[in-house]
Formats: sequence, structure tokens, C-alpha cells
Amino acid sequence: MLLFLLAYRSLLNRKLTTIVTLLSIGLSVGLWLGIEHIRGGARESFSNTISQTDLIVGARGGPIQLLLYTVFHIGTPTANVTYESYEKIKNHKAVLWTIPISLGDSHRGYRVVGTNEDFYRHYRYRQDRQLEFTQGRAPTGIFDIALGSEVAHALKYALGARIVVTHGITRSTGIMDHDDKPFTVVGILQPTRTPIDRSVYVTLEGIEAMHIDWKQGAPPIKGQETPAEKIKREDIKIEQITAFFLRTKSRVQTLALQREITNFSEEPLIAVVPGVALSELWSGISYGEQVLQVVAIFVVIVGLLGMLMSLYTSVNERRREIAILRALGVGPVKVISLLVFESGLLTLIGAILGVGVVYGSVVLLQPIIEQQFGLHIPLRALTQTQYSYLACVVAGGVAIGIIPAWKAYQNALSDGLSVRV
Amino acid sequence: MDYSVEIANLNFCYRPAKTVLKIVELNIARGEKVFLYGPSGSGKTTLLGILAGVLKANEGSVKILGHDLTQMSGPARDGLRGAHIGYIFQMFNLIPYLSVLENIMLPCRISQERQRRLNGRSREEEAKNLAGRLGIGHIVTDNVVDLSVGQQQRVAAARALLGAPELIIADEPTSSLDEDHREGFLQLLFDQCRDLGSTLIFVSHDRRMMPLFDRAVSLAEINHT
Repeated sequence: MLLFLLAYRSLLNRKLTTIVTLLSIGLSVGLWLGIEHIRGGARESFSNTISQTDLIVGARGGPIQLLLYTVFHIGTPTANVTYESYEKIKNHKAVLWTIPISLGDSHRGYRVVGTNEDFYRHYRYRQDRQLEFTQGRAPTGIFDIALGSEVAHALKYALGARIVVTHGITRSTGIMDHDDKPFTVVGILQPTRTPIDRSVYVTLEGIEAMHIDWKQGAPPIKGQETPAEKIKREDIKIEQITAFFLRTKSRVQTLALQREITNFSEEPLIAVVPGVALSELWSGISYGEQVLQVVAIFVVIVGLLGMLMSLYTSVNERRREIAILRALGVGPVKVISLLVFESGLLTLIGAILGVGVVYGSVVLLQPIIEQQFGLHIPLRALTQTQYSYLACVVAGGVAIGIIPAWKAYQNALSDGLSVRV
Repeated sequence: MDYSVEIANLNFCYRPAKTVLKIVELNIARGEKVFLYGPSGSGKTTLLGILAGVLKANEGSVKILGHDLTQMSGPARDGLRGAHIGYIFQMFNLIPYLSVLENIMLPCRISQERQRRLNGRSREEEAKNLAGRLGIGHIVTDNVVDLSVGQQQRVAAARALLGAPELIIADEPTSSLDEDHREGFLQLLFDQCRDLGSTLIFVSHDRRMMPLFDRAVSLAEINHT
């Protein structure tokens, strides 16, 4: 009790260094825990990009590549799936629903995704969130287009705007614009903080209509295009799509279905379980977060070294104090424990401060981070591991406190009761 | 005869073969007021360290209140010091981050023996009493850094006396006081020691105060190095 009083009063007496030490420990612990939180949030956001889809099916190729171009809209598909195969699998008895997607065009760098109403009905992200429109409705007509929220925001399009889609994926309007067949914006999607926001959506028929006169990947000769108004929905026959998402009626059927699709006889297909591909992809890109974590741990060590420095310099100033305590019958071991206790107290309070900093900033910054970076940082209790890390920090603080305490002990032995100021 | 201090054949050195202190015999009776003097470097501080049990004699025996320090472990000597010895430094006696009252009460918080000897009275009450008798009753709630040197030394005296230790060791406590305060301080210290029955060992190089004591010991004479 006396030890506690002395440590507490002595720290209070050195208010400035105590506060600076507490801040440096608190902020470093806060930074480290904050990175842990962001890591968790990033991982979760990442794996929540797509939910409830059991399989992604596309032409045979790399599974991660398939995931990238269908879910993240990165990279280009190499081959397509015939509509026939799609319908066959769609009507498989194990399949609950499918979402077809057709890729290959863009609008000012944003991907154009051809799909149908099943997309708006069935697509889920972050567990069970559904796509919704802030304005307008889903595209139904051949030349209807819906915009992801980020596209609408960046390009400042409103409902009714007429836009031209470019063949291929280029940032500018290019040499191969489908300018004979402009689209009309009929809907703007609500922000999802997923790649959905960065794409535009048309119907599968729209994709076919754009390419109606194209022969072997070459555009029609100018003046020979079929005029847009003459294209009727009934006349369009969808030949192929790029890939599709599917959900099974019962999850236990997923693997069997996956095998069946892989062995599909009509054409070479691949079916990917999104969760598996996502974690595979994440482990590929997560070395960055590990680097961050290592940096944060070093910051904590620097914070503790700062404390060591301030305690070590204080030992000399406190020779008097220690001689007085010695004269009053306090043994040298008690003197050591006083100093060790002080450093332990500092790190403990610093660590608590750090936890406070993290939770405070998560609460304060959560909406801002979500809006700016599309990253949802959940507020959650410290994990067992984080508790043990915090315990390690405090133990480290105590261990570091032994160094100045040892110096004080040596001083106490050599000074005895003699006056040295 | 009942002695507070009994030194026999004491030999002390910080480093081997460099004896600092060699005292054949020094006995101090209970309740005696002893003036110990000697020039700087004569080993005064070292002797006080040995008497207080902070330093350990290499040879001989040093008995404080019948306990032979040379036979005791470090923690045991610390305990003995806390329980039975009041120590007053030359200056800077007080812990700066504690109040005057907290400083005075410290020995009773550190040593249960000292607390026990308050005979059931609260240490706060007793500390205030003692402060009153030493003429510092009005400053007990003050911050120690605001005190004058004279006040500080009285607070130190009060702390050394609280819980009535049998032996008071004062290491030149008046050297930082001017002449008027010096006599006054000494008188207060004598009164309290007499009331409590404590032995006083008072170290100084200033021999003008010598006649006020029961006995004077010249360290230069008893130290046979």
C-alpha cells in the first residue's frame, strides 16, 4: 500500500514526464491495436464482398482469376460460357438460383456488367445485404443502364442521362465506342462499399444488342449498323455469358455440384467456392498487413524505450529520495520494487489508455472510414490474443523497469546514507 | 550498564587492504547525548552508516540495543533501523512529493514496531502533537518545497522522533542553520530525546555546540587507522 502511494505520488510529482510517457505508450499501443482492428475490418470487408453464393462458374481457367473478374471486376475473362450450358446448369435440380454475368465492355473505365433481374433479387454482400436503388429501378429495356453509386457520383450522372459504352476495357472513350447504341440511365444503386459501386449494369440483351452486327470481334462497317430502334427484345438471342454465380438448394450439395460442373462434358468449365478462393487470394495479399503489424510492434517497443529513458534519467534525481527511504528502514529490494512497480503502473495505464484510444477512434471514425474507404471497422471486444499481447506489453514494461531499478539499487548500496546531491 | 551502542574491535574498509575505520571500543549508554566530531574525511559518515546498519563491518562487533549488526542479514538490519533508529540528514531530509504530515508519518508506515509504540494513538494525531512540540504545528499541511531550511530540519526531527525510537542519529543537522536557529533546534531535539528516553548521537565538525552534550567523542582519537 505504501509502495503504491509512493509510486503514485512520485509519478504525479513528475507530471510532465509521466504524461509524455503515458502518451507515448498509449498511442503506440493504440496504433498497434488500431492496425489489428483495421486488419480485421479489411479482412472482413474483403470476404464480405460476396455472400450466399455457393459457386462461381466460368470457362476453365485459374480460380482466382475467375474470382477477380467476376467479383472484383479486375482483369479480363479469357473465354465465355455458352448460354446453353448455363441454362442446363441453371435447371439442375440442386440449384436454387443463378446470376448470369456478361463482361467485356466499359464506360469511361468502369466495367459494364450484363446481367438480369436475378442479380438485383439474389446478390448478397456482407452476410445478407441486398442491392437497392437510391433512385430509379433495375434495367429492363435493352438500352437501360443502372449505375453503381461511385460511378454516379464520380461522373455526376442523373437519371435519364444518355451514355455510350466502349468496347473493351479502356479508361477513355475510344476507337470502338458503341456510339450507335447509347444507353439511358434508369437507376442508381445504393452504396455497398464493394466493387459493385464501381461498375454499371445493363441487361444481357443490352450486351448482345451492342454487338449485334459484329462479326468475329470486328465492328460493323459505318452506315451498315442495325439502327437501335429496330432491335426488338424478342429478336435477340443470347449466345453466351461470361460466368455466373449460383446457390444450391442445400449447401451440402455444393461439392458434388462443383465436381459435376468441372466434369461437364459439353465444354470446359470451372466452379469455384468463393470463400475458398477469397481466403486464397487474401493470403496472397496479406503480407502487407503483416508488415504493418511488425511496424506497430516496433512502435510499441520504441514507446517502452522512451519510458526506460525517462525512468533511467529520473534515477539520478531520485538518489536523495532513495537515501531517505533507506534511512527509514526500506530495504534495497523494496527500492527496486518501487521502481519496477512504477514502470509497471505506467505501462498498465498506458495500455489501458491505448485501448481507450482505439475504441474512441473506432467509434468516432467508423462512419468516416466507411464512407471514404468503403471499409467497415466493426466495434468488437478484444480477442484472447490481443489480451495476451497487452499482457506482454505490461510485462515488457515491468522488465524494462528492472534496468533503472537495478541502477537505483547499485546507487543505494554505494550511497548508503551519505548525502550526495 | 545498559548500552545503546557497543562497538568492539571494529574494522571497516570499502576496498580490501584500505581500512577506513578501526575502532577498538566505543560504548554509548542509553539516554546519553553524545557529540561525535572530527574533520571531514575522518570517517564520520562511514561510522554512521555502520551504526545505522547500511554498511556492514568487516571485523569486530557492532551492537545496537543488544543486537549485533555484524551477525544480521541486510533485511534484518533494515528492519532494525526502521524500528529503532531515527535518522536526520544534514539537509534535504524530506520526500518532495509528500506533504509535511505524510513525511512525518512515514516511519510508522514503514515499521510496524514504530506504529505499535504509539500505544494505540493514531499516527496522524501523534505526528501533529510532535509537530506542535517542535513549533511546526502550523505548517503540517504545507508542501515541503515551500518550507524554510529551519522548518525542514524540524520536520526531519519530528519524523526521526515519531514512534519513539531508542536511538537518534543526527548527521550535522544544524550545519545549514544560522546560529539562532541552531541553538533552538538543538534544545528542541534535546527536550524530545529526554522525554522519549532516546539516545542521541550527534555528528558535527562545529565544536562550539560541544558543551551542551553529556559527552564528546573525537573520531580522530578513537579511529586507529
